[in-house]
Amino acid sequence: MQKTLNWREYIITRAVKVSGYSSIVFVALIFFFLLREGLPTLAEVKLANLFSIRWYPIENYFGILPLITGSLIVTVGAALIAIPFGIGTAVYIAEIAPRWMREILKPLVELLGGLPSVVLGFLGILVAAPYLRTLLNLPTGLTALTGSLLLGGISIPTIVSIAEDALDAVPRSYREGAWALGATKWQTIWRVTLPAARSGVLTAVMLGIGRAVGETMTVMMVTGNAPVLAIYPSSLFSPVRTMTATIAAEMGEVANGSVHYHTLFFIGMVLFLISLAVNVAAASVVFRTKKRAERILS
Amino acid sequence: MLMKPPPPLLLVLTIFTLLLTSCGSSSSNQTGTGSPSAYIENKGSDTIVNLALAWAERYQQEYPDVRISVTGGGSGTGIAALINGTVDIANASRQIKSEEVKLAEDNGIMPVEHVIARDAIAVIVNPENPVSALTLEQISDIYSGKFSNWNEVGGEDRPIVRLSRETNSGTHVYFLETVLRLGEKDNQTLFSMDTLLLPSSEGIIAEVRQNPNAIGYDGLGYVPKDLKMIAIAKQAGGEYILPSIETVNNNTYPIARDLYMYTAGEPTGIVKTYLEWILSAEAQQIVKELGFVPIK
Repeated sequence: MQKTLNWREYIITRAVKVSGYSSIVFVALIFFFLLREGLPTLAEVKLANLFSIRWYPIENYFGILPLITGSLIVTVGAALIAIPFGIGTAVYIAEIAPRWMREILKPLVELLGGLPSVVLGFLGILVAAPYLRTLLNLPTGLTALTGSLLLGGISIPTIVSIAEDALDAVPRSYREGAWALGATKWQTIWRVTLPAARSGVLTAVMLGIGRAVGETMTVMMVTGNAPVLAIYPSSLFSPVRTMTATIAAEMGEVANGSVHYHTLFFIGMVLFLISLAVNVAAASVVFRTKKRAERILS
Repeated sequence: MLMKPPPPLLLVLTIFTLLLTSCGSSSSNQTGTGSPSAYIENKGSDTIVNLALAWAERYQQEYPDVRISVTGGGSGTGIAALINGTVDIANASRQIKSEEVKLAEDNGIMPVEHVIARDAIAVIVNPENPVSALTLEQISDIYSGKFSNWNEVGGEDRPIVRLSRETNSGTHVYFLETVLRLGEKDNQTLFSMDTLLLPSSEGIIAEVRQNPNAIGYDGLGYVPKDLKMIAIAKQAGGEYILPSIETVNNNTYPIARDLYMYTAGEPTGIVKTYLEWILSAEAQQIVKELGFVPIK
């Protein structure tokens, strides 16, 4: 009896260990694959071409700057919409809403998160784009702003769900302490609950932004995909082409091993590095605030 | 305890029925002309996909032992699949490029071309737009970015929003060569950078339908009745011609092209019979019904 238990124990620990390590292995393998397929670009395409502002691969123009700026402007726009709304909703659900409201809102928000992005894209083309065009008197409704709005909508459920869990995990004694000191409800939320849940809320924001950067289908359908350098604030109101949409639209066509193929993988590498940078930045912020808190407490 | 027996009985019954039905279907398959083992993989141009589907459906009705699977994705996608040996027939709305032929030969495949229908590209605008006729050169100047306002070509004071298919579309390449570069070999004109590249014909049609600033292009067979087609003249002073089966066949409409199917080597067996059927009067009638132009 004892022996079989040990034997089982052994298998289970190993299995858990393997699944733990496997994610590291997969990320490493993916990155290795990206490097192998993407790095040849640096030899095949002149740097002046690669970092130019014209993307037209069938005539050998491989400027990726419009794609990078396109992705950035759409993502920043989405973050500006999703972060305040997402955290606001999370605070409302966790701190303010009565219990019955909370039990309706949380599942509804999570349901919104399960909406397929192609459906949102379709809504974007048929409803959001025409509406924005007439409302803002733009030449076309297929703009970075339309993409940002829809991506914001896609990221909000992620942010709400995780931030609400983090706020919920803050011990009740913190809030009671603040109220006992005479703090108002708002002061308690802003000065006590939110800072206490900071690392969870930040994780929520990062995952939300990650969702927005990587989103493909919706962006491809509503941003117009014009590879124009998007570095002015007015670029928000004109069409842009993102990195993800470029890879999705063109990967099916390229011949294996061609320059265009390598360049698409190079774009994938850039995308990978951007999300890595976002994650590292977030981790270091969390780490630093923790250290400061420990210092103050000690 | 006495209540237990029913479930197993139900289970047995279900399994029995399942067995019966599966026997039935397999035996009915065998009563056919041997086996449904003849499969044709057909992939490529989005322009041709509806036509290829209609052909495949009709052909399968007449020859139930043949299965034809049709997918779109763009001419480049189809030819790439032919090069990689994953399809039997690649649909293309442009001729195969010399680089693609070379890649295919490196893979030991010799692509063979078959002209299967003709198509005209219609230039479309919103019905609210008063412009109804343009020369090829004016369209070229619009798409290259020389003209940015409709009043430069006799329209209202509105910005021009240029719509195009993605670069992997055969229609895109054809439009670039025939319209933007006016068919001149040494012409290096490119699409204006702010041209919207939409991933599907539906995307272009949806945007033109609701945006009076927009100009787009699409295969004649795909243009819905509620959009306005532009009459086109080859040169300034020439006659403005609307696209139709007649004007394509008498070569007066300037933006018309052949549509192709490519096979790996000379077709044999079932693929050969299928391609011969496609050129029959019956199959070419379907071409006409879908708004393309029959080759005979």
